[in-house]
Amino acid sequence: MADPDATDTGGETLLRLRTDEVHDEPAVTLDAFLDGQTNATAVRLEAGDDARALLPRLGQLALVEISFPTFRDGRGYSSARILREAGFAGELRAAGDVLVDQLPHMRRCGFDSFAPQAPIDPDVLRASLSRYDHHYQRAADAAVPIWKLRHG
Amino acid sequence: MYKYDEYDQSMVDARVEEFRDQVQRRLAGQMTEDQFKPLRLMNGLYLQLHAYMLRVAVPYGTLDSRQMRMLAHVARKYDRGYGHFTTRQNIQFNWIKLADTPDILAELATVEMHAIQTSGNCIRNISSDQFAGAAADEVTDPRPWAELLRQWSTFHPEFTYLPRKFKIAVIAAPEDRAAMRLHDIGIELTERDGRLGAKIFVGGGMGRTPMISHEIRDFIGADDLLSYLEACLRVYNRYGRRDNIYKARIKILLHEIGADEYRRQVEEEFVAVKALGLDPPAAELERITAMFAPPPLTAEPVELDRSDPDFAVWLDQNVRPHKQPGHAIVTISLKLIGGIPGDASADQIDVMADLAERYSADELRVTHAQNIVLPHVAQADLPAIWQALTETGLAEANLDLISDIIACPGLDYCALANARSIPVAQKIATRFADLGRQRELGELKLKISGCINACGHHHAGHIGILGVDRKGTENFQLLLGGSGAEDVSLGKITGPGFSEDGVVDAIERVTDKYLEVRESGERFLDTYRRVGMEPFKEAIYG
Ligand code: SF4
Repeated sequence: MADPDATDTGGETLLRLRTDEVHDEPAVTLDAFLDGQTNATAVRLEAGDDARALLPRLGQLALVEISFPTFRDGRGYSSARILREAGFAGELRAAGDVLVDQLPHMRRCGFDSFAPQAPIDPDVLRASLSRYDHHYQRAADAAVPIWKLRHG
Repeated sequence: MYKYDEYDQSMVDARVEEFRDQVQRRLAGQMTEDQFKPLRLMNGLYLQLHAYMLRVAVPYGTLDSRQMRMLAHVARKYDRGYGHFTTRQNIQFNWIKLADTPDILAELATVEMHAIQTSGNCIRNISSDQFAGAAADEVTDPRPWAELLRQWSTFHPEFTYLPRKFKIAVIAAPEDRAAMRLHDIGIELTERDGRLGAKIFVGGGMGRTPMISHEIRDFIGADDLLSYLEACLRVYNRYGRRDNIYKARIKILLHEIGADEYRRQVEEEFVAVKALGLDPPAAELERITAMFAPPPLTAEPVELDRSDPDFAVWLDQNVRPHKQPGHAIVTISLKLIGGIPGDASADQIDVMADLAERYSADELRVTHAQNIVLPHVAQADLPAIWQALTETGLAEANLDLISDIIACPGLDYCALANARSIPVAQKIATRFADLGRQRELGELKLKISGCINACGHHHAGHIGILGVDRKGTENFQLLLGGSGAEDVSLGKITGPGFSEDGVVDAIERVTDKYLEVRESGERFLDTYRRVGMEPFKEAIYG
């Protein structure tokens, strides 16, 4: 597992599981992207936005940021998977109330960067991301599901 | 019975360590209670009125004697010597210390048990038919499918922060012994053209807005089942309401957009999801099914000596035919007159474990009516089993009778309660203690909830009782005509509520009326459905 690389971006911590350069174009809203700023390369989805609205022009996006207004709001997990399932290979960032104990699930759903609003202890994060060797189900990460390990 | 392999074991072991770490961070003040709460809930740990309560999963209600003994051990060592079996086939311990929980989970893990997802807004323990593998009317044993779903739903990364809790039941018989139609998703296994598959029902539930589920798919093959469920859950995760906790269950989504629109969205999602290869190969269901192979049952049928009337009554009331001639299914009642429905002492749990090991192919089941089943008993052993149960106070012959009451913990334990459920249950059972009288009344399912959240399934009771708060005093509403079985229906409120003693009197007037107007062969529920509410209302309120 790649060690998360913490980048300081002007006060806010950005944890990245990617090695490419941080995309520096500001993210526009979904409405703006669909209507006006059609050249944008970064979009921010609110929890209730329909991720599928991005699919027709997914190829032009380098970054999609998905907002978690509270850690209890799990809609962003589905948004992330929908984008990965459609082949999105750019940076998928979880932003907002992102807590260390949610990160492993987020990673499985395809997130590869995190902008938590409160700092995350790197030791706790490392332990949390490497806790489980295997997973029961196939998801949007590269993990091979246990049933596949059992049956080849 | 399912046996863990190294992967299953490593999952629960890792979970214990994860939770140990989370508890330590909480105790060290590195996490707020608000942040800790969903984490502990996903491990079945609730904060109740007086202490923490730990809910341990009994997947699809099946366990062996070793696991049962572990529950007795936990009750003795970490609780006050009791366990409480629940309506979702789990067990709860009501007097737990937070600091002990990692050790309890570690002990449970040594016998392939856990508390994973017994609470929280995730997919809960999968429930099933307590007679699975023993009933003559099943098309297949539903438990291998339930185990497949257990694994699929365990730490599901997308569905761990759903709008609300999510309950799934799997059955495989026309007789519904698991209240399948009152689950968020109900699965009925059926056969079509020689192939096994599932009929899918969505949107049932109790709570403050009870609803019966809708049939969403009449057949989905085994090889598509998990994809289909992913689609069902994804539509809910995206569009279920999150603005109001009381409108967040999937039943409300179906109610608001309609079953047809929900089905359309699921089918659309299913097309997308099916391409992802989420379904395990047939070999995985076969691997699991092999572990549920029927035990070798070779006993010959016997003619039992019925000269002891107590034994004869118990045989008639608590023993059901097994699909294998010469065998029987025994239900051990945890509804002792004057006791707490679903409670068992550590010693009683040990006795039941011993009986299972000796007489029931080492298997026990927990029922959603909060009783325990010995599923594979030779007829010839019934006298010895009854004798042992009698000695430990577990031979109550009241299965499906008025004193076989489902009751939630209520105000004695639960912080949300409006009223006490347990004392009402005790008073009703005591009023109707005479077994002859109970048997005269026949099948009568009575269910009590201490508040509108309906953990005691009052909507599904032939007679239901709901505790409410009326100007600061406990008040009880009476409902008639509900059913959680294949003839599913929701009970209706009779009228103004009663005091604790008043509701017991009202029930007696209802049962008297029933005896007066019933036609031959009618259960209470049948009579109610034929004559309607009016005659009962008159009897109650005059
Ligand atoms: S029905 Fe109400 S009182 Fe009873 S256990 Fe549920 S929440 Fe508590």
